[in-house]
Amino acid sequence: MKTIMKSGILAAVAVALSASLVSPVFARDLTVVSWGGNYQDAQRNIYFKPFSEKIGKPVLDEAWDGGIGVIQSKVKAGAPNWDAVQVEAEELALGCADGLYEKIDWDKMGGKDKFLDSAVNDCGVGAIVWSTAIAYDGDKLKEGPTSWADFWNVEKFPGKRSLRKGPKYTLEFALLADGVLKDELYDVLATEEGVARAFKKLDELKPNIVWWESGAQPLQFLASGEVAMASAYNGRITGINRSEGKNFKVVFPGSIYAVDSWVVLKDAENKDAAQDFIAFASLPENQAKLPEFVAYGLPNKEAAAKVPAEFSKDLPTDAANMTDSISLNVDFWIDNAETLTQRFNAWLAQ
Amino acid sequence: MSAGLSRTGRSLILLAPLLVFLIGFFVWPLFSMMSQSVSDTAVLRLLPRSAEVLPGWDRKSRPTMPMQTALMEDLKAVDDDQALGDMVRRLNSARSGFRTLMSKTTSALGDPANPPADLVSIDKRWEKPEFWLAIADALSPLTDRNLLAAVDLGRNAAGDIEHLPADQSVNRVILVRTFWIAALVTFACACIGFPYAMIAASLHGWKRDLMLAAVLLPLWTSLLVRTAAWFILLQERGLINDLLQTLGLIDGPLPLIFNRTGVIIAMTHVLLPFMVLPIYSVLITIPKNLMPAAASLGAHPLRAFMRVLLPLSFRGVASGSLLVFISAIGYYITPALIGGPGDQMISSIIAFYATGSANWGMAGALGVVLLVATLLLYSVYARLSAEEPGRR
Amino acid sequence: MAEFIRFDRITKFYGPLCVVENLDLGIAKGEFVSLLGPSGSGKTTLLMMLAGFEQPTSGNILLDGTAINAVPTHKRDMGVVFQSYALFPHMSVGENVAFPLQMRGLGKAEIAERVARALDMVQLSALAERRPSQLSGGQQQRVALSRALVFEPRVVLMDEPLGALDKQLREQMQLDIRDLHRRLGLTIVFVTHDQSEALTMSDRVAVFNKGKIEQIGTPRQVYDEPATRFVAEFIGETNLVEGVVEAVEGAEANVRLTSGAQIVSAVSGTVAPGQTVYLSIRPERVDLTEIRGDARNCLETEVTDSVYQGDHLRVQLQNAAHPLIAKLGRRSREFPPGTKVYAAFSAGDCRVIVP
Ligand SMILES: Nc1ncnc2c1ncn2[C@@H]1O[C@H](COP(=O)(O)OP(=O)(O)OP(=O)(O)O)[C@@H](O)[C@H]1O
Ligand SMILES: [Mg+2]
Repeated sequence: MKTIMKSGILAAVAVALSASLVSPVFARDLTVVSWGGNYQDAQRNIYFKPFSEKIGKPVLDEAWDGGIGVIQSKVKAGAPNWDAVQVEAEELALGCADGLYEKIDWDKMGGKDKFLDSAVNDCGVGAIVWSTAIAYDGDKLKEGPTSWADFWNVEKFPGKRSLRKGPKYTLEFALLADGVLKDELYDVLATEEGVARAFKKLDELKPNIVWWESGAQPLQFLASGEVAMASAYNGRITGINRSEGKNFKVVFPGSIYAVDSWVVLKDAENKDAAQDFIAFASLPENQAKLPEFVAYGLPNKEAAAKVPAEFSKDLPTDAANMTDSISLNVDFWIDNAETLTQRFNAWLAQ
Repeated sequence: MSAGLSRTGRSLILLAPLLVFLIGFFVWPLFSMMSQSVSDTAVLRLLPRSAEVLPGWDRKSRPTMPMQTALMEDLKAVDDDQALGDMVRRLNSARSGFRTLMSKTTSALGDPANPPADLVSIDKRWEKPEFWLAIADALSPLTDRNLLAAVDLGRNAAGDIEHLPADQSVNRVILVRTFWIAALVTFACACIGFPYAMIAASLHGWKRDLMLAAVLLPLWTSLLVRTAAWFILLQERGLINDLLQTLGLIDGPLPLIFNRTGVIIAMTHVLLPFMVLPIYSVLITIPKNLMPAAASLGAHPLRAFMRVLLPLSFRGVASGSLLVFISAIGYYITPALIGGPGDQMISSIIAFYATGSANWGMAGALGVVLLVATLLLYSVYARLSAEEPGRR
Repeated sequence: MAEFIRFDRITKFYGPLCVVENLDLGIAKGEFVSLLGPSGSGKTTLLMMLAGFEQPTSGNILLDGTAINAVPTHKRDMGVVFQSYALFPHMSVGENVAFPLQMRGLGKAEIAERVARALDMVQLSALAERRPSQLSGGQQQRVALSRALVFEPRVVLMDEPLGALDKQLREQMQLDIRDLHRRLGLTIVFVTHDQSEALTMSDRVAVFNKGKIEQIGTPRQVYDEPATRFVAEFIGETNLVEGVVEAVEGAEANVRLTSGAQIVSAVSGTVAPGQTVYLSIRPERVDLTEIRGDARNCLETEVTDSVYQGDHLRVQLQNAAHPLIAKLGRRSREFPPGTKVYAAFSAGDCRVIVP
C-alpha cells in the first residue's frame, strides 16, 4: 500500500515535470499579436482568418498594450510564445537595436520601394500610419477648436481637457500650443529650455486636465461630457462615429502621426510563417480593405491608391490631412523617454 | 538509523513539489529582483578594454585618444546584439542620448569601407565628458544607484550621496502617497469590514452564507470590470451623482472621480473581502456568551464592545489590515483609471520601468523598497500578535 | 419572607415553539431556589429572561415590586454565572474580577481591595495574574463565581455552573456555594438538571417540565411528597403501582392494587373513591422480611434478582402483578433469587398520585 502510494506520487511528479518539458514538442500555431479592440477585430477579418484559410492551419491572435520590456522579457527567456507582433515605432527602433527581432526578408514583402519610406526598416514592415489628434464632439461644439492653442484656450472653449498620461505627445502639443512651429518642434524640445517651456505651458492647463491611459478612455470622456476635448487616436474617433453614430471631429492640423510595424520575434518558433503572414497582410488588395473598418493610413502605396474616396478622407495619410501634421520623432523619444517620463511624473506629483 | 534516514528521505520526496514551488515562485523571483537592483554588469561585460583605461582619466578633460581607441576596440568586438542593447539601455538611463549615439557609432564602426579615425569624428557628442562619465560610472559590477534613485537620492560627481534635483524627485512623494492611500483604504476597510463581519458572524444559515457570498463576489469578477463599474457609478453624470441630485441632497455633482475619493471608494470595495474574512474567522471563534456576560456585569453595549469584542478580534483586524495594506500598495489599475494625476501609485512607476523602458534595475530597486516596507510592517504585526500570552 | 422576585404569568415563544407557558413563580430575598428539569424544559430560558438577555413574549418580571421588562441587562445588577463560565480570555483572573467594578466606575484602590477580597473568598488570591486558559476547570468556575459576586449583585443567577466538573470537585463546589449563600445572604437562582444537586443545595426546588412548573417546594417536599407522576419519577427512583381508591379517611386512602392487594397510603391532593391512581413507593422505604410482620402494608413477593451496589443492596422483586424494587441498607442480609419474601412499608412511605 505504502509503495503504491509512493510510486503514485513519484509518477505524478514525473508527469507534471515532463509535461512542462515536453510541451514545446507539440507545435504551437502561428501567433499574431496586435492592439486589441475593434482594430484587431478588423484585422482578424481581413488578415488572420483569410491567411489561416490560405495555409490551412489555425492562426492564434492575442492583444497587448505595448512596452519594450514585454518583448524583451519574452525574447530573453528564449522560445517566445509570440511570432508576429505589431509594435510602435519606438519599440521597433529599440528592439531592432537590441536584436530582439528577426531581420525582415524584404524580397518576400515585394521590395522596399513598394512602401512609404517611413514604413521600411530592417526589422519591421509598416502596418498602419496612425495619428494622435484633437477630438471633440461636433454636436456639442458647433464652432470647434482648430489648433492646440485653441485646446489650451479654456475661456473660448470652456470645459475639461483630456491628454494621454505621459510625456510623449503631451510635451509636443504644449509647445505647439505655445506657438512653436512644427518644423522646429523637436529642435526646441531637444533643449533644456524647450522642455522647461513645455512644462510651463502645461502648468497653465494642469487644473483642467483629465489624464487618460488607455485608448478608449478619451472617447468615453467625450461621450459622457466629462471633457470638452481630448487627444485621441484618429482611428478610434472615426470608429466610434461609425459604430455609435457619434459626430466626433478629428483636428488633423497639429496632429502627430507615427507608423506601427509588424515584427517577428527573434528565434520565434514560427518565424517563417510569421514572415509569410506579414507579406500577406502587406498585399495591396488585403491592406486596402482596412480603412473601411478603421481609419488608419496604409504604408503600401499601391494599397493606399485603392482606398475609395469616402474612406480615404479620414486617413492620416490623406494629402489634405498630411499638410499640417507632424511625424513623431522616434530618435528623440528613444533617447529621452526615461528621463522625461521621470520628469513628467515629478511634475504630475507636484 | 537507516529507518530514520529513509523516513527523512521520504518526507523530502513528499515535500519536494512544495519546495520546488516555493523556490520557483517566491525565492527565485525575489532573489532575482534584488540582484537586478544592485548588479550592474551590462557595461563592464562588453567594455573590458575601456575598463582598464578609464580609471586613469581625470573625469573632467576631453577624452584622450587611448580612451577612444579602447572603446572602439571594445565596440568592434561586440557580437551579441542583446548584450549591446542592455549596455545601451543602461547608459541611456544614466545619460539621455546614448541610444542614438551608440547606434550611429556602431554602424559607423561596422562599415569596413571607411574606418573612422576616432570616435569624435563619428559624432561630436563623444567630445563631451558627460558621456564618458556615464561609461566610467557604469564599470563597477555592483551599484547602489538604483536603490538610491528609488528614494530620490543619487551620487554627485564627488561620489557623495545627495538629493536628486526636484524635477527628478518623484519616487519619495509617490511612495509616501502610496502608503497613505493604502493606509486610508485599510482604515476604510476596517470601518466597514468589522461591523460587516460582526453581523455575518451573528447570523445563521442562508443569511450568513448570503452575506459572505456578497463580500466574496467581487473576487470572482475581473479587477478591470469592477473598476470600470465604479467608473460608471462615480462619474460626474453617473448613477450616484444622479441619484443624490434627484433626491435633492446636493445641488451640483460631487467630484467623485479622478480624485482621491474615487480611488479610496473603489479600492475599498475591491479589497473588502481581505478584511472581512479574517475578522469573520476570528469572530466566530469567540464564545457567544462573552458579550452577555459583559452586559450582566454592568457593561454598556458600547463598553462591552470596546473592552471585550474588540480586543479579542484584534488578531483578525490586524491580519486583515495587513492583507489589505499589502495588497493596496501594489495597486495600479484602479488609481490609474479612477484617480487623478495626484493619485498615481508606485506600481505605475514600477510598471513603466519594467514594461515601458525595460529598466529592470530601477524596477527591481523600487520593488526592494516596497518589500522592505512590507517586511517592516509585518514585523510590527508579528510583534503585536505575539504579545498575547495564553492565546496560543 | 417578603417576595423579592416575581414571575407573573410569563410566556415565551421561540417562533411557534412555546418554551415557557404561563409561569408564576415567587422568590424571597436571601432564598436559594433551584430550577430543576430535564433538558429543553425551559430553565435556561427563564433565567435568561430574568437576566434580561431575552424578553418574555407576555407577562411581567418584577424585582422588588417593580416590573423590569424594559430594563437592559447592564442595569439589572444581577450576577450571572454561565455554564461555560464565560471568562474573558484576554484578561487575567484579577482583571476579570475587576471588570464589573470598573464598569461601575469605582476607584482604583477600592477595586484592588474588593478584587483581593473576592479572590480570597474563593481561595484564588495566588492565581490573580494568570489567564483563564491557565486554570483548571474548577478554578475557572471559582473565578466566574467571584466575578459574579464581587459587585454584590441583588441576585445571583447560575446556569448549570457545575456541569463541566468531575464528581468530586462538583460536590466540593456545591458545598462552597451553599456556604457562600449562607454567609453572604445572597438571593440565588440556580439552574440544574441534576436532582441530587438541587436537593443538596436549595431552600426550594422548582421542578420544570415542558415549560411549566410541576411542583415547587422544599427538597423534602418534592422528594417525599411528589405532587405528580413526573416529579415522582424525575426525582429519585420510585416504584409506581396502579390501583383504585376504595375509601378515603382523613389524609390516608385505601387503594386496591390490580393484584388484589390492599394498600394504605398517604394522600397529598384530593381523591375520591373509585378513582384510578398511582402509588409511589420509594425503594429505600421498603423492608424485606421472611415472615409477615405487623407493618400496615405487606406484599407477598419473590426475589428475582439482587445486586450489591456498595452502599446499598438493590433487590428486584416480582409481586403477582407488579415488579418492585427495594433498596436495602448494607447491614441487611442477602436474599438469593427465588426467595419468597414480604415487602413491607408504612402508610407514610407511600404516596397517592392522581394521574
Ligand atoms: N434562541 C432560541 N431559538 C429557538 N429556540 C430556542 C432558543 N433557545 C432555546 N430554544 C428552545 O427552547 C427550549 C428550551 O430551551 P432551554 O435552553 O430553556 O432549555 P433548558 O431547560 O435550559 O435545557 P438544558 O438543560 O438542556 O440546558 C428548547 O426546546 C430549545 O430548543
Ligand atoms: Mg440550559
